Amino acid sequence: MFLLALETSTEYCSCALNLDGEVRESSVLAGQGHSALLLPMVAGLMAQAGLAFGQLDVIAFGAGPGSFTGLRIACGAAQGLAFAHDLPVVPVVTLEALAQDSGADRVLACLDARLGELYLAAYERVADDQLKVVAEPALLKTSGLPVLPGTWTGVGSGFAAHAAALTGQYTLGAIHAEAFPRAAAVARLGAARFARGEFVRAEEAVPLYLRDKVALDVHEQAALRAERRQPAAGGVAV
Amino acid sequence: MLILGIESSCDETGIALYDTALGAGTPAAGLLAHALHSQVRMHQDYGGVVPELASRDHIRRLLPLTRVVLKEAGKTLAEIDAVAYTRGPGLAGALLVGAAAGSALAMALGIPAIGVHHLEGHLLSPLLAADPPAFPFVALLVSGGHTQLMRVEGVGRYELLGETVDDAAGEAFDKSAKLLGLSYPGGPALSKLAQEGQVGRYKLPRPMLGSADLNFSFSGLKTAVLTVVRKDGLEDTAHTQARADLARAVEEAITDVLTAKSISALQQTGLKRLVVAGGVSANHRLRSRLDAAAAKLDARVYYPELALCTDNGAMIAYAGACRLQLQAAAGGFEAGPYRFDIKPRWDLNSTAIGA
Ligand SMILES: Nc1ncnc2c1ncn2[C@@H]1O[C@H](COP(=O)(O)OP(=O)(O)OP(=O)(O)O)[C@@H](O)[C@H]1O
Ligand SMILES: [Mg+2]
Repeated sequence: MFLLALETSTEYCSCALNLDGEVRESSVLAGQGHSALLLPMVAGLMAQAGLAFGQLDVIAFGAGPGSFTGLRIACGAAQGLAFAHDLPVVPVVTLEALAQDSGADRVLACLDARLGELYLAAYERVADDQLKVVAEPALLKTSGLPVLPGTWTGVGSGFAAHAAALTGQYTLGAIHAEAFPRAAAVARLGAARFARGEFVRAEEAVPLYLRDKVALDVHEQAALRAERRQPAAGGVAV
Repeated sequence: MLILGIESSCDETGIALYDTALGAGTPAAGLLAHALHSQVRMHQDYGGVVPELASRDHIRRLLPLTRVVLKEAGKTLAEIDAVAYTRGPGLAGALLVGAAAGSALAMALGIPAIGVHHLEGHLLSPLLAADPPAFPFVALLVSGGHTQLMRVEGVGRYELLGETVDDAAGEAFDKSAKLLGLSYPGGPALSKLAQEGQVGRYKLPRPMLGSADLNFSFSGLKTAVLTVVRKDGLEDTAHTQARADLARAVEEAITDVLTAKSISALQQTGLKRLVVAGGVSANHRLRSRLDAAAAKLDARVYYPELALCTDNGAMIAYAGACRLQLQAAAGGFEAGPYRFDIKPRWDLNSTAIGA
């Protein structure tokens, strides 16, 4: 089974092939350059393996959470590649890819969500390329972290950005704050998912944003304006 | 050559299929099918385009619309020879959706992907009308983000004659409409309200009307509108006639300036054809004003079909087709390397052939 995986949810840009279990990855620190880098990297990987796109069985991508624009670059490219040859698509949660790569059995995966918030999920390993969800991926405030007993391995940038809150709330063994979601992990998890029949059609492939409130509607804007004109009684000027 | 066009620069997802062989005589005959999904309703709840929501919608609409267009044209993906997508200018996140999916689709099919300038799409869209203009012509581009006059010798041969120094004409319509409490996008709503309006009650400024150059300025208009709205309490919809009169005055001011400068452009270039494109070209008063003024010069005005005035995939497929044909004539083009670095800000003049 031949799978191509794309991952652009952080400042890294990576793609990988899973060729009947043999995983080859290409990865660079891209900054904002994912759009220029991703497809030439894919072309290079395919050429090295001597593969044509029509020979692939499935496309996997890092669906999120992560940079919204980054998620859409991988998702859009996955849609286009899959649509061309009517291939199925497997969306893989980036937090799960982080957990997969850690190799650990009980993993807390966390990415910084900015605005003082974080994306968090907890996993337990059930097989080499399979993890069980203990806490569903969620967008959380540091003041609202769930209770998760036991000792955990911590992975992801969230452990650098929110170190105090996380170490205060959880019993942590090793911490890998520098780890980022990689296409190789997406390729391994994606293949296992595909084998279990968990895939969607190209047009059903969408990012997992977790943050759904991104703007104020006209009523909320009006309420905010009214509030600014007329501070609530007892309100403190800041 | 069969070209798939993808537009996703702002708040409409547009997809189209264009066949250069069928369009060899009259370009309109080459347009096999096109489909559009407008996000206007969604953004209305927010009083304007929310870029993040626009991007989120594009990625859900793009492939379903592509399926519709393929089916309507009776074509399969295997028959497509190239993919054209909007590379800029526009909202970065929105552009990236069309660019990523379009480039990836082209790469997997082993065909070229070409990044098209959105304004070149608008500029060439009148050529897709039943009775298209011949080159050369003067083009007035009036949209939500742009107001420009250009001399157009051919595809990729543009000379900027003048442009707005501040707000675009569409922006002036939208901002004035917002001050009157009309819902987004304000242009069509304001022009509908103006139908009931009388000239004379309000006099609004016509900035740069008398200047010798072909530049525009519309930012002073919203200040003048705001002053009237405040003074006469026109947020109150009970003032039905006064509101309509003000809407009419806004429309008069904008169309006056656009018409005067377009006529100057015809006189300065000595050309007899004026092409008007972009969302504001749907405005009826602008059309009749331009037609009347041009007739006095023995000139003629050309417009896109109404469906192709605002953003659409057809103009992107067509502009991509024109560019690819030029490249083919100049010795061919390569399929790769499928970098899809978009250009949210992109000057049309920099795409001129030989620039
Ligand atoms: N009948 C009309 N009268 C006046 N203005 C109109 C009318 N119909 C549409 N418009 C205006 O046209 C603009 C939208 O046009 P268009 O979609 O071409 O612009 P855009 O794509 O937002 O901007 P750009 O192409 O410059 O990036 C809006 O400002 C809208 O109010
Ligand atoms: Mg436009």
